[in-house]
Amino acid sequence: MLALSDFLIVGAVLFCLSIAGIFLNRKNIIILLMCIELMLLAVNMNFIAFSHFSGDIAGQVFVFFILTVAAAEAAIGLAILVVLFRNKHTINVEDINSMKG
Amino acid sequence: MNFTVTDLSLMLPEIFVLSMACIILIVDAYLPERLRDLTYQLSQGTLVGAAILTLGIQPESSTLLMSDLFISDAMSVVLKSFVYLIVFAVLLYSRAYLHNHKLFCGEYFVLVLMATLGMMVMISAHHLLTLYLGLELLSLSLYALVAIQRDSSQASEAAMKYFVLGALASGILLYGMSILYGLTGTLELSEIAKAIATGQIEPQLLSFALVFIIAGLAFKLGAVPFHMWLPDVYQGAPTAITLFIGSAPKLAAFAMVMRILSEALPDLHHDWQNMLIILAVLSIALGNIVAIAQTNIKRMLAYSTISHMGFLMLGLLVAKPDGYSAAMFYTIVYALMSMGGFAMLLLLSRAGFDAENLDDLKGLNTRSPWYAFIMMVIMLSMAGIPPFLGFWAKWAVLSQVVAHGFIWLAVLAVIFSVIGAFYYLRIVRLMYFEEPSDTAPLQVNTDMHLAVSVNGLAILALGILPQPLLQVCIQSIS
Repeated sequence: MLALSDFLIVGAVLFCLSIAGIFLNRKNIIILLMCIELMLLAVNMNFIAFSHFSGDIAGQVFVFFILTVAAAEAAIGLAILVVLFRNKHTINVEDINSMKG
Repeated sequence: MNFTVTDLSLMLPEIFVLSMACIILIVDAYLPERLRDLTYQLSQGTLVGAAILTLGIQPESSTLLMSDLFISDAMSVVLKSFVYLIVFAVLLYSRAYLHNHKLFCGEYFVLVLMATLGMMVMISAHHLLTLYLGLELLSLSLYALVAIQRDSSQASEAAMKYFVLGALASGILLYGMSILYGLTGTLELSEIAKAIATGQIEPQLLSFALVFIIAGLAFKLGAVPFHMWLPDVYQGAPTAITLFIGSAPKLAAFAMVMRILSEALPDLHHDWQNMLIILAVLSIALGNIVAIAQTNIKRMLAYSTISHMGFLMLGLLVAKPDGYSAAMFYTIVYALMSMGGFAMLLLLSRAGFDAENLDDLKGLNTRSPWYAFIMMVIMLSMAGIPPFLGFWAKWAVLSQVVAHGFIWLAVLAVIFSVIGAFYYLRIVRLMYFEEPSDTAPLQVNTDMHLAVSVNGLAILALGILPQPLLQVCIQSIS
């Protein structure tokens, strides 16, 4: 039988991976979007684990809302990406640097 | 789960704004181009209607609705009323600019109304779920608004940065919320406070959750070291959108911080006080110093925002109702000033030209003494020079900070404000003592002229009589 801590460790590892992905990735914006999704999934893992082990259903309901918002977020993120690509003809993170100061 | 008529009547403003946003979306799709102004009028009507509905609520005491998801209290009524007022002014200011830049489309109005709904939900949230949904409704609308100028490479870049960092902040905040949920076993704010008050939860674990929550909130407020998105978004977004981002959402962010820190986590105030002190000092210092080096006025105002957010946190970190009301006063005052400042930039812009560099303000006095005067009032108020409103806001916050024994913090804040006064006064100098480099006549509509004048004069008049507004803030918190 898996304990609560096992789920939390998976959640924490996923979360750290996604944060590392956002900060280390210097190539491609699509990978950034994937990292953001992964981060939300890590949070979902936490919520479901806590909800299951405490017997409180509210956490699982929260997960449904997070999934829905994540879908909307991905749609907007990809839409912005399309606009960005049309204007700059690149999705390389290093080229997105016209503003500084 | 049971609904009653009182539930619905207290939520009427939200329901009304949501329905009107949907109606406007459909109506706009069938409107011919020459009737596009109808969308604008309907949006303004929606805000007026929502204000009437909100002011019709008489919350003698705070009421919990919808199985405790939603709260209607004095603070929510006051903050929502100011949100309507500010969004109303934002739409009015932006109208000519949007026409000139071919951005006057239905999407803009629907997104602004949806963002307003998000702010209203955040202000009235009493549950981590509603807080999160309100925040996302606001943020997602703002991402789309920043990217609304589809052919601008700078705007799409700003939108992408805003999106990635905003989503990162939401993720961090959510992670903190999930741990808080695991520790307390509930998502409702007052229940969380009760669970923590029992003292049976490991304090280290609570601090762990708190770090994530504070980091997420600091991202949304734009406090150093989580401020990276703010200057780029302010600079890259079309000025009308910057005006919106820089004003009303700050009220919602304040409400969110209040709900989480003072309603859900009051017993952890020793922990979050220390974190807020660090964020506040860094924000005030970096904001004021880096703003001096800017030549782009939107970017300069972004750094000025960062320093103002530092002051806002000075009020919050006192962790007493007096401090909260001072912070609320500061937020409202800041929103009024920043609205006026960006409105002046909109006023100087015209088709094919965006006023966004300091040089564009040169010699404004010879072009229009009245607008130069208003801009001077706004800048002196932001710098915190008496007798303008901004001085009283800083005074309210700093007197609370001193009264609760953080004298060194107040001294630091004053020193950096004096440094910050330099870049505000530089604008005054440019307007009054330089020759204009751009001599095109200003084309200003009557409604814009009236609104900007009222905005400037309100800052002056409230500066002479700050008590009523301060009283409203004190009463709504206690």
